[in-house]
Parts: sequence; structure tokens; C-alpha cells
Amino acid sequence: MILSDANCPDELLYHDQHDWARLEGDEHAVFGITWYAQDSLGEVVFYDPPEVGAEIHKDASYAEVESVKAVSDVIAPLSGEIVEVNDELADSPEKINEDPYGEGWLVKVKLTAAAEADALLGAEEYRKLLENE
Amino acid sequence: MSRYTSATPADRAEMLATIGVDSVAELFAQIPQSLRLDRPLSLPAGMSEAEVYERLAALAARNVDCEEQVCFLGAGMYDHYVPAIVDAITQRSEFLTPYTPYQPEISQGGLQAMFEFQTAMSELTALPVSNAGLYEGPSSVASAAYLAIGAGKGRRRFVVSRGVHPHSRETLATYSVGFDAEIEEVDLRDGLTDAATLAAAVDDETAAVFLQSPNFLGAIEDVEALGAAAKEHGALLVVAVDPMTLGVLEPPGEQGADIALGEGQPLGNRLDFGGPSFGFFCGTEELIRKMPGRIAGETDDVDGRRGFVLALQTREQHIRREKATHNICTAQALNALAATIHLAWLGREGFRELGELLVRRTAYARERLAAVAGVELLHEAPVAREFALRLAAPVDRVLERCAERGIAAGYPLGREYPEYENGLLVAITERRTREQIDALAEALGAAVAAEAVTA
Repeated sequence: MILSDANCPDELLYHDQHDWARLEGDEHAVFGITWYAQDSLGEVVFYDPPEVGAEIHKDASYAEVESVKAVSDVIAPLSGEIVEVNDELADSPEKINEDPYGEGWLVKVKLTAAAEADALLGAEEYRKLLENE
Repeated sequence: MSRYTSATPADRAEMLATIGVDSVAELFAQIPQSLRLDRPLSLPAGMSEAEVYERLAALAARNVDCEEQVCFLGAGMYDHYVPAIVDAITQRSEFLTPYTPYQPEISQGGLQAMFEFQTAMSELTALPVSNAGLYEGPSSVASAAYLAIGAGKGRRRFVVSRGVHPHSRETLATYSVGFDAEIEEVDLRDGLTDAATLAAAVDDETAAVFLQSPNFLGAIEDVEALGAAAKEHGALLVVAVDPMTLGVLEPPGEQGADIALGEGQPLGNRLDFGGPSFGFFCGTEELIRKMPGRIAGETDDVDGRRGFVLALQTREQHIRREKATHNICTAQALNALAATIHLAWLGREGFRELGELLVRRTAYARERLAAVAGVELLHEAPVAREFALRLAAPVDRVLERCAERGIAAGYPLGREYPEYENGLLVAITERRTREQIDALAEALGAAVAAEAVTA
């Protein structure tokens, strides 16, 4: 992999399983998978979202992403309750590849343990992790 | 040395010497005395090859098949006529492989056969997605249960009609231990699943409702009406069907079934002393990623030519490992191919005509047998190709008497249903002639009269 391609926006928090979280206020966050994750998976053909209202737990799987190569669990970077899922992905899962930090977002979550965010990686730390992959 | 012969004393000595122990006893020294058998296994003495041949030939001679007896046995497996073309094609060496055609570049024939099978099953069941076949009927039912748990987001309850084949219910119960799921059975009333009991049994924890039509007693269920309870509570409606009846009965996909499945034997597969056969499994578009088993798909190659590949393989164990939808390794592709050939041989019209013939002949047999003294209908629900009787005599003895006349009169229901101790299930295929049915009526009448319980 050419690391310079692996962009990781500075304003996001990262989980070492290649998931990102964007905090929105103190109580909410948007989750997705990183550029590196979508690049490793290859062309994404299906996204199996959780149900709105489902409780999810940090470090545990909350959704599945299927590429032409494999089906992979998506790991929650933080704990919370699903308040919205990205319905657009049902018809165009390729947005996860094309715009993993934008239109390819996966879920919106109401956080139940916002302090968990302290344990996540910043963009700089995540970049270092990728260098060692 | 053949691969079946164990090591010679010289081999053993060499192996022991290599690992540095003097004897086999020393090798096993660390196994505690209390765990050792210290005597030979209690097995009979060995036999020579010729003796084994004689013994097996004698055992095989005790079998009776449908060429020797006139067979009214059904209960899930049926004595249909299998045309010679089925054998002519399935025995071609190109098809005689147990291996999955992962490599489309060398497997177009096999993949096309799978695709055509799926197309046929999809049309018969009126559901858009079919897999390439499973092991047999009962494990197909259990696979639907696994699918329902995956689709049901935590629901772990199944509501199952007692009209579902007992083997399917047993298999479902066995799998359910592993699923940590609970099963509630719904009794039959007058031959049919009791609608009120079923509706009361289905709740918001129910992952799936299982019906069979025609059910085990041969009765045609009102699937749409019974399925309403499943729809109301968001449970999947799983319907087991006899494929041979789908030329005349409303297909499950039009009755609200989410999954239609069943035993495929009646299509192109002889009874063969119980197997092998195959199961089929069809579902709605929404369930496509949760379907068990292989799915062949149609595509274009780089030159734009029509071709076939295995599709949606990410569901399968060689890619998805422990999260796979099914652990099937080998599709029953050859048995499914036999079904495809049989269906093609019958054709659209022929398949419907065969269904009509079964219904007519079954109606004749049902009326004829119910008129015999000591014989009455177990239920009066509509049937297609099989029906249940109640005898005024012990069924097993009646069956023995009929067998003496060369007639396998049917399946004794008491074997699986204590509530129908004197029940006899009679199946009709296109091989059963009016004369054979008349002969059965006579044999049954004589046997019941001879064995009748004198009150």
C-alpha cells in the first residue's frame, strides 16, 4: 500500500480495527470504516446495517460489510444506541469505497459512554499504526 | 501395502525404535490404569472375504423393493416413474463428480445444470431465489431455522405444525439445541393445522413459523390463512412442499411464504432404499445473502458470451468461515440434475397433467378404500396425492397380511403419531393403476376383517 493514499482526516477519532468516529456534540457520533479498511476489502457490494434502536458496544461488531472478496464485521469504536443508519448504502454500497469519510458513513449513534472516546486514536497515531501494518 | 492394512510388526518395531521406546505398552505408559480396557474389544471373530460376501448377500436378499411389491408407501418419498433419460444423462462422466465447480473455466456444464435447476425450482415455488440444492428435506427445514435466527435479530422461537414431516421436526429439534432455540408444536385438528392454536402460539419472539402442504397426513393446508399470524408478528413463514404437487397447487410464493423448501426425491430420484436424495430451498430476494448452500449465477464472459459462475460465495464457509450460512460442502448436484432432467422431460404441460392425474387417481383410491368395511377416513380435508385412513384392526398386522399378497399398503402413522395409532397413510403415484388400487382395497378389506379387534 502507498501510505500517502491512506488519508485520515485530522478531525476524526480512530479505532485500531480501522473504524472512525466523528463526535457531534457530547452525545452523538457518526461511525464509518477508514480508507485503509475499504481499500483492503476491495469493492463493497453489500452493507448489512444494524436496526435503529439497537444497542452497540465498543470493540464489538455492529454491522457487516460484504466485498467481492469477503464478509467483514464492522467494529464499534464507541458504545451507544443506533439512532440512524445510512439507507443510501442499500442501493449504492460503493459509496463506502468512494467516500469512506463522507457519503459512505455507516451509522449515527447516541453515545452511552462518551468518555470511551479518550481511548481512541488521533489521526497521527492511526497513521503510525498503518505504517506498522 | 494397501491403505487399509495397518502397520506390520516390522513397521511398528521401526517406529518404536525411532521414537526411542521399547514397546507399545511403554508408549502408552502415561495413560492411567483406570482408563485402560485391559481386554480385547468384545467383537465377533473376523470373517474371510467369501464369508462376508455370503453374509451381505443374505442380508441384501431380505430387502423388498418397489419392483417386487406394489408400493403405496409415501410419507415423504414416493415411487414415481423415472424415465431412462435421467440415467442416460446423469451417468455421463462429466456430471459424476462430487466436487464443487469453483472454477467456472472448467465447469460450465455443471454450473449451467445448477442454474437450470434453480430456475425450475424458482418457477415451481414462485419465489425469486433458489439455491443449487441441499442434502435432503429435513436438513433443509433445519437450515431455514438457522436462516430465521440470523434474520430475526435475536428471536429464538419456532412455531411448528405437527403436519410437518416428523423427520424434519426431529432434525429441527436437534439443530435447535445448538441454536439455543425453543420449539412449540401446533396440533392438527381434522387433518389440518389448527389455526387458532397456531395464531395463539406465534408471538414477537417467534423467528419462524413452519408449515407443510400437503402436510404429513396428505391434507392441503390453507397456507395463506395460517401464515397471517407469522406476518403479523414479523416471523418468517417457512413452507415445506411436495414438488410433485406444484403443477396443480398454488405455489407457496403466492401464498406468502418467505421460504419454500422440501424433499426433492419425487423429482427424478428413485427410492433407492432411502437415499441419496436432495433438498431444495427457495426464498425471497431479501433473504438472498442469508441463503444456505451454493447458488449458480448467470453472467457474461469478457467476450460477451453467456456463462455461469458460483454467485454470492462470500456467504459460504470457504470464505466466511465461522459466520457462513451453512456448512454444506457438496451440493447434491447429481440428484438435483436428475430432477432437472425429469422436469424437462415432463415439460410444462406434462408436469401439470401429471399433477392432475395424481389428484384424480388419489380421489378414486380414497373413495374406494374408505368404502371398505373396517376402513374409514382419518380426516376429510382436501388432498392431492396421499391420504390417511383409520383401520378397525392393528395396522402392523394388516400390513403384514397385505405384504403377503405383494402389496406395501402404506405407512403406519402410529410409528410417529401416537394419536393416530390405527392410522394408515396411503400414497398414490402415476405408477399405481386402477387395478392395483382395487387389489389394495380387496387386500385391505380381507386383512382388516381377519385382524379386526372383536369388541
